[in-house]
Amino acid sequence: MSHFNAERVRADTPALTRVINGRPITYLDSGASSLPPRTVIEAMDEYYRLRHANVHRGVYQTAIEATDAYEGARAAIAQFLNAPGGSEGVVFTKNCTEAFNLLAKSWGAANLKDGDAVLLTEMEHHANIVPWFQLRETIDLDIRFIPVNDLFELDLTAIHDLLKGVKLLSLTAMSNVLGTVNPVQELATLAHAQGALVAVDAAQSVGHMPTDLVELDVDFMMFSGHKMLGPTGIGVFWARPEILATMPPFLGGGGMIADVRTDGYTPATGFTRFEAGTPMIAEAVGLHAAVRYLEGLGLDNVQTHDRALTVDAISRINHQFNGRVRIIGPTAHDNRGGVISLDVDGVHPHDIAQVLDEIGVCVRPGHHCAKPLMRRFGLAATARASFGPYSLTSDTDALLEGLQRAITFFG
Amino acid sequence: MSNLEELYKEIILDHYRTPRNRGELAPPASKTEGFNPLCGDELTVYLEVTDGKIVDIKITGHGCSISQASSSLMSVAVKGKTLEEVREVLSKFKNMMTLEGDVVDLNDPANREVLRSLGELAALQGVSKFPVRIKCATLAWNTLSQGLEEN
Ligand SMILES: Cc1ncc(COP(=O)(O)O)c(C=O)c1O
Repeated sequence: MSHFNAERVRADTPALTRVINGRPITYLDSGASSLPPRTVIEAMDEYYRLRHANVHRGVYQTAIEATDAYEGARAAIAQFLNAPGGSEGVVFTKNCTEAFNLLAKSWGAANLKDGDAVLLTEMEHHANIVPWFQLRETIDLDIRFIPVNDLFELDLTAIHDLLKGVKLLSLTAMSNVLGTVNPVQELATLAHAQGALVAVDAAQSVGHMPTDLVELDVDFMMFSGHKMLGPTGIGVFWARPEILATMPPFLGGGGMIADVRTDGYTPATGFTRFEAGTPMIAEAVGLHAAVRYLEGLGLDNVQTHDRALTVDAISRINHQFNGRVRIIGPTAHDNRGGVISLDVDGVHPHDIAQVLDEIGVCVRPGHHCAKPLMRRFGLAATARASFGPYSLTSDTDALLEGLQRAITFFG
Repeated sequence: MSNLEELYKEIILDHYRTPRNRGELAPPASKTEGFNPLCGDELTVYLEVTDGKIVDIKITGHGCSISQASSSLMSVAVKGKTLEEVREVLSKFKNMMTLEGDVVDLNDPANREVLRSLGELAALQGVSKFPVRIKCATLAWNTLSQGLEEN
């Protein structure tokens, strides 16, 4: 049974004890990076204090423990995602961005040919755009974008045409700017019917809603540990094991080989092929603790909590600021994530964030690494507030207070 | 003065709300674009240089109050000046922005003289206490110096 109590999560999160400019911190930037609970920090600490050794091939006690800890994290991730094939498809990377580079530069380079199409969406993070443009420098790819409509959702009216000739549909499960949750499962069905594979950017969703790879029926998934209460420096690339088995190596070096001779080398098989060099062992331990913690909260509870906070914040923003503050994201229903992008008439997002910082409120101004999306809406930047499982309506109170101050200050 | 009032001095807010020398100049005036890739601020500086003098300057673009006010203040400071005078203001301004605000000893007559000679531009000195905002204040100036090089 899972228990969810945001006050408890807050008490578990040491970073939330900070006082900034004389006020308790109001952390509304979990979309950029989440704050780890004590169990994550302690697991990594304990690992370094007692168990640290390099993984694989170790014979002595602590090396075996380190290997078990590292592989245990892989198994926990596989279970967390309900991944077909279990651990076999789970590759640890540095972050979500590296996972996309692995997809484009290994699978993409080996499987895409001149004239092949890759279908993205207009709301993608640069991590799911730039690697494809880089690949286009060597393969003449047709890179397409599913448009975003004025309700901040994917415009699927021309989806059948857009999917023609597509080899890969790669899209985000949840927009890091709009909070929009995309119909991944439906799109995966359509894409598969056209013979395309499907990759999902779960960076924003995996720590905020249940993820079931069997149900979603997609082929690749990528995300970062630090947005799901885990540490920085670790991310996950998941591929169906039978696809992973056909992919050429990405980075080369120790760890990823079966044999090296003076005339060449033979890569290892399975996930090992993609993990060159000493991996992020402590971070894997931390990520494992984060997964356990999230499972303890229950991802459906986290999602319900996010929704309640978001619906409340949107209605209070609309009510209090009466059109002066525009929400760049869906507002008509609650099937969205806890990411709220704001456009304040007459006050630039940087100035908003600066005024908010005065009362200890952390929000992010900027383009959020989604410039095509910002261009689509004629914006250079937004001020983005985003919730985590430790967020409370008192955080929204502070946000509203700060917005009011900024509006009063700039007139 | 609170931190915010030090950053957003009245002169800055005034230039932000009512920017001077906004608009474009037709060729043969030069046109130089500047970007702050981190925050998406963009501006374009149009310069008309005749006989070694900036006879006209216009600026378009968008950005935060600091970048907008800084470009407006800059346009006023350099319009009608000789290139030599402009280069001097440029270098004084850049020096002011790289000095850590807390470290500038305002009791030092030399520093006071520099700030005094910068006139209204000195209002931007408070920005140097906010390191992440320095790029906002210097965007227009970097674009201007690029424009002068190309001229
Ligand atoms: C939707 C989405 N995709 C990808 C990324 C990239 O994550 P990272 O910077 O950890 O590689 C982010 C992070 O901002 C994101 O929000």
